Amino acid sequence: MRRSIVLAIAWGCASADAAPAKYGIGRTPTAEELHALDISVAPEGTGLPVGHGSSAEGAVLFKAMCSACHGDRGEGRGDFPVLVGGRGTLATAQPILTIGSYWPFATTAWDYIHRAMPYSTPGVLAPDQVYALTAFILAANGVISADTVLDQKTLPRVQMPNRNGFVSDPRPDVP
Amino acid sequence: MTFHDDLDRRGFLVAGAATSLSVAACRDRTPPPAIADPPPATNAGRRPYGERSSFVKSVRTFKADSPTPGTGSSRTPLQDCFGIITPSALHFERHHSGVPTIDPTKHELVIHGLVERPLALTLADLRRFPSTSRIHFLECAGNSGREHEGRPGADPQQSHGLASCSEWTGVLLSTLLAEVGPTADARWIIAEGADPARHARSIPIEKANDDVIIAYGQNGEPLRPEQGFPLRVIAPGWEGNVNVKWLRRLHVVDQPYMLRDEAASYTDLMPDGKARRFTFVMEAKSVITRPAGGQSLGGPGFYEITGLAWSGRGKITQVDVSTDGGATWQPAGLAEPVLAKAFTRFTLPWRWDGHATTLRSRCTDETGYVQPPRDALIAARGMTAGPDGYNHYNGIKVWTVRADGTVSNA
Repeated sequence: MRRSIVLAIAWGCASADAAPAKYGIGRTPTAEELHALDISVAPEGTGLPVGHGSSAEGAVLFKAMCSACHGDRGEGRGDFPVLVGGRGTLATAQPILTIGSYWPFATTAWDYIHRAMPYSTPGVLAPDQVYALTAFILAANGVISADTVLDQKTLPRVQMPNRNGFVSDPRPDVP
Repeated sequence: MTFHDDLDRRGFLVAGAATSLSVAACRDRTPPPAIADPPPATNAGRRPYGERSSFVKSVRTFKADSPTPGTGSSRTPLQDCFGIITPSALHFERHHSGVPTIDPTKHELVIHGLVERPLALTLADLRRFPSTSRIHFLECAGNSGREHEGRPGADPQQSHGLASCSEWTGVLLSTLLAEVGPTADARWIIAEGADPARHARSIPIEKANDDVIIAYGQNGEPLRPEQGFPLRVIAPGWEGNVNVKWLRRLHVVDQPYMLRDEAASYTDLMPDGKARRFTFVMEAKSVITRPAGGQSLGGPGFYEITGLAWSGRGKITQVDVSTDGGATWQPAGLAEPVLAKAFTRFTLPWRWDGHATTLRSRCTDETGYVQPPRDALIAARGMTAGPDGYNHYNGIKVWTVRADGTVSNA
């Protein structure tokens, strides 16, 4: 009985502080390694790197690197995704789901372009280029003005039209 | 008397022939096949990695649904599978940017962010942690979406084949999280793959600490490349897209990061223009796999109805089958083992009277949730296609038996 009380106290102390590593397996990654790996960007801008870009700069890049699939102005080509337009269609029988009409955060576009585009050579875009391409797509959607420069501070402040268009999972929704 | 004395070879053959004859006569009243001499033997034990019999032809079907070369899906031939385990070679696939080739000796999993001790773990490191093996289904969010749309699949592979079930082996994510020590503000974990598009999803820490497995094994061997070799997330019961393959990074954070596949794709648009977000759970679902579309009954008589049921919320507790258009339902037998968030095999003995009819199954899970008919789902969710078409459809599947014995969708 006494021993179990002592054990309980010991457990209590351990959980009050940070518990030590139990197995001690693996190595500590270096700061450089973590910096290179950490590409995720949060809605309020955590993770965005230094850099900036404008819609005009983005137009040149878009034509060179994106238009083969997404069309000259983001209108899509064949079965490739449409990036521009569709505002006001979400509650209709034929919703057009684009970055402008549907995506809730500008950071989502920045993160995805940086992470996964262009499709054939993802990861080649420098931060300035990603800011510029994001600016081009958002300006083409009428979300920002043509002269807006996007950077670490301005990008998270962009209010996307469908920012409040999402609800949490209500399921089970069928009695 | 020993066992061998009892095994009279000639008597055994005679008994075998009699059995074959009576079964064949019962089934289709055609003359029994001649008992052939044994075929010549092949060299046994010379295949270092085994293959199935050359007589077995069941395969996945592939569909490229995007002009990009690495995008597409393949479907498990559920109608040809026995029990609850899907052979790894027949596991469904869904890819958004191809299948990377990863040398496991050069691959590390990095866990960092809101943790006391960031860690880089090799595959050898991960194999040193306490391991767990659990049987779980994996299902694409869009599985059977065309049933919702009103273009039902012609057979179980086409209607429900974006689901499979494996024994997954790995380390519980809770074990790894305890090792790195999340700080008090840790709430979500971003899992990220090493595929070209670095696919990533945010996972709530409650789920991570509940039952998520960082898996390196599938059905007794290392993961298949298409299933994430050398390392993947298994988030039991949750839509396939969360089960990040080729896992390279776990980023412990304070909020969901609203990445493309959770903030835009893999959201469910409703007719009012609002979209459901973080619709993780795959709800209870079942499908009869035999007799089913694409098959044919050889005439009136006995058949075992069998199929699969599963729920992302836990165990299947009941499956009811109707052989009369939904007028009456009979409880099916559930084959052991019945496991949480795993395929459950059900069976019902049935004597077909030769008349046209329909077959359907309806499952219930341990939360009391009952698989709904399609009409009820349409009433609740409408007919609006979202960014990925129709996700999370789990309606009752109906197969039609014609008087000539053919089974179809129609």
